[in-house]
Amino acid sequence: MSTTTTNESGTRGRAPAGERVADWADGRLGIYSLAKSNMRKIFPDHWSFMLGEVCLYSFIIIILTGVYLTLFFHPSMNEVVYHGSYVPLQGQLMSEAFNSTVHISFDVRGGLLIRQIHHWAALIFLAGMFVHMMRVFFTGAFRKPREINWLFGFLLFVLGMFTGFTGYSLPDDLLSGTGVRFMEGAILSVPIVGTYLSFFLFGGQFPGGDFVARFYSIHILLLPGIMLGLVVGHLILVFYHKHTQFAGPGKTNNNVVGMPLLPVYMAKAGGFFFLVFGVIAAIAAIATINPIWAMGPYRPDQVSTGAQPDWYMGFSEGLIRVMPGWEINFWGHTLVLGVFIPLVIFPLVLVTIAVYPFIEAWVTGDRREHHILDRPRNAPTRTAFGAAWISWYFVLLIGGGNDLWATHFHLSINAITWFVRVAFFVVPVLVFIATKRICLGLQRRDHDKVLHGRESGIIKRLPHGEFIEVHEPLSQEQLHTLTAHEQYEPAEIGPTVDENGVERKVKGSERLRAKLSNAYYGENNQIPKPTVEEYKEITSGHGHH
Amino acid sequence: MSSQDIPEENLPAEQDTAHGAVTVADEQSPFADPGLPPHEHRIQDIDERAARRSERTVAMLFTLSMLATIGFIASYVAIPKEESIYVFPIGHISALNFALGLTLGVALFLIGAGAVHWARTLMSDVEIADERHPIEAPPEVKAKVLADFKLGAQESQLGRRKLIRNTMLGALALVPLSGVMLLRDLGPLPGTSLRHTLWSKGKLLVNMNTNQPLRPADVAVGSLTFAKPEGLEETDEDFQVQIAKAALMIVRLQPDNIKDKRELEWSHQGIVAFSKICTHVGCPISLYEQQTHHVLCPCHQSTFDLSDGARVIFGPAGHALPQLRIGVNADGYLEALGDFEEPVGPAFWERG
Repeated sequence: MSTTTTNESGTRGRAPAGERVADWADGRLGIYSLAKSNMRKIFPDHWSFMLGEVCLYSFIIIILTGVYLTLFFHPSMNEVVYHGSYVPLQGQLMSEAFNSTVHISFDVRGGLLIRQIHHWAALIFLAGMFVHMMRVFFTGAFRKPREINWLFGFLLFVLGMFTGFTGYSLPDDLLSGTGVRFMEGAILSVPIVGTYLSFFLFGGQFPGGDFVARFYSIHILLLPGIMLGLVVGHLILVFYHKHTQFAGPGKTNNNVVGMPLLPVYMAKAGGFFFLVFGVIAAIAAIATINPIWAMGPYRPDQVSTGAQPDWYMGFSEGLIRVMPGWEINFWGHTLVLGVFIPLVIFPLVLVTIAVYPFIEAWVTGDRREHHILDRPRNAPTRTAFGAAWISWYFVLLIGGGNDLWATHFHLSINAITWFVRVAFFVVPVLVFIATKRICLGLQRRDHDKVLHGRESGIIKRLPHGEFIEVHEPLSQEQLHTLTAHEQYEPAEIGPTVDENGVERKVKGSERLRAKLSNAYYGENNQIPKPTVEEYKEITSGHGHH
Repeated sequence: MSSQDIPEENLPAEQDTAHGAVTVADEQSPFADPGLPPHEHRIQDIDERAARRSERTVAMLFTLSMLATIGFIASYVAIPKEESIYVFPIGHISALNFALGLTLGVALFLIGAGAVHWARTLMSDVEIADERHPIEAPPEVKAKVLADFKLGAQESQLGRRKLIRNTMLGALALVPLSGVMLLRDLGPLPGTSLRHTLWSKGKLLVNMNTNQPLRPADVAVGSLTFAKPEGLEETDEDFQVQIAKAALMIVRLQPDNIKDKRELEWSHQGIVAFSKICTHVGCPISLYEQQTHHVLCPCHQSTFDLSDGARVIFGPAGHALPQLRIGVNADGYLEALGDFEEPVGPAFWERG
């Protein structure tokens, strides 16, 4: 329609076709205004900024391959006899879900490849989110104005875990069925309502005939729908806030230095999608994942040894494995603490890291925007906390694989379990202390480097016989980069008497904050960065080293 | 917000002025920001021959990708799906999956490699600085929005007409209850179903593997036998639900090795029958150590001592495996002398 109007009104030299399409779209969508602020949007460059991209692309790959799989998968638990081309299973009774998964794997050409890409991409998606989250954490990228985006990302990680769990439970094979049984046992442990929850989820007694169909709608519709919304929101906020950057020459809190979206990041980020997809496809070509045909269909009275969930569920598996089997019986009821306590700690482990940004903001009382990233060493307490959390997580992962550790390293399973029970409490504390000391050591090194220059490795002998190492002064760029970070003063409890000399009540929260602030920024908890005076005194005076 | 009580001077001095775009650098300071370093030219920026080499590299990557896609189509058509090949060091794998995955992977990867090479060598790599603007709205915008909101709220008369407000809140609070009600039929109520299994007095113990009723002579010392109740067949509609509770584990011990008095009473010539379903979270127990009479659940390593009432000796399980009282009927077959006396499988609130 609009093209005809342009044709009539326009001169002989018509606008190029692309421009006319864009005009048409602009008249309806306002794309020119949108492109004005975004087409040449500047993104800073750092290798760690691609971790989030890995997550985004694997998410897209999961959706593409997932849609393909729905074309062949039958989410039904009706029992059928297998007659497909995989000989060892022929004549066996199995659910339609299992039957159709074997069909995808052996009788749909390329079906196995898509299944394996789907599963590998899911593992990489969650690993990517974990590492991306750690990048954001250790560089302080979660600070204002990005706290909400941190929560979006956290929700994506948690929902990703459950989407993964419901996904790998769908084939109704022996391994995943065992995982579902574990989940049922965990639900049963919930006081008062646990039995009811289990009966409502499974449509009666375990395993019943409903859970595959129910997990299916959760796995392909409910959770990915929410996640898609969160991903879009996450990206909109990245664009709106503009990306963070590390300190460096010409980089301030008020600018963003890098290269434009069109063309550089269109090509780099667009190309990176193909790189990620290509690598995952190659992995799926050579590395078998979840060979359900080898495990066989689910039977509640059968199990294979070495039963393991996918890696991202491993820490919850660790919790359940190392917990002592406490059970309290009273007034005709059972409180299954041995299962219920792990069920409660499971979300707490995750929430601990999710709420950290708000705790730090409260301790610092800083309400300014932060767009310059911290080097982890310059925030020793935060870095130590993050490292302690990771160690906590990994201790639980060891617990989740205690049988594999035992068989692969010829260790006693009881010893490993006891190690994890103790390490759960001890290791994070040790890691916290060690990390903080390492950070402070690195700060001292930066301090010396700024004041005394870079070690050149050249040994000079002075006339009177003394050997010294020649230090080369740093360039102004380096000096600026090493001293650009901010250092907080510890917050103190304000005056305890007001201007009239009346004593005021000091709140407990105020005391706590002063204490925490001192632990963060007090003496010996950060190394004061070199001052200009110190620098001038050293360089102007006896300037030989 | 309590964070307001921290005085401003406690916050570190910023390198830049609060929200101004211009950096006020102290000329005297050796730490001052020297500004963006000058752009360094790449070889492709200066030498057109190098640039043309880059162009050819990118084009070659894209061309190879096309060939790989053709390879994908050819593999799809040519390779039979049941063919397997030996690939070192993976072993025998499906030839079709291997060929399709590799060609697809290469086709995709080369598009990415080409695009990235193009961006890195030919597209401008001059760094550009863009300004940031505070996220917070300026005070006049905030004032306008607050005034608008007040006006809108006033015009709605919601604050004045309490009756409307309260009934509306009531209606909105109640209407989700319909949705909650609709969830009721997701499943039946538990009732006592978790307390009973298919076992009852006189039911024969049927060997899970041979589908034949067991005689005491069939159970050798040191062996582990799995059994199901007579009459339960794999083809039954509710087989999975029934076997999830009724699965039975039978071992034979020397009667003098049985430490638990009740266990001995409920056994027959040293043959004892326990629930196979772990009391932790319900995995089937399958590992039996003949020498110690311990059984281990392969899921979470709960360990039970079958010579001592199947009590828990290690791991996360909270109570012993329930024992089934067995005897021998007139024809010499093992039979149950009743159902389990306590619920089998994981504990739950109503278990007691």
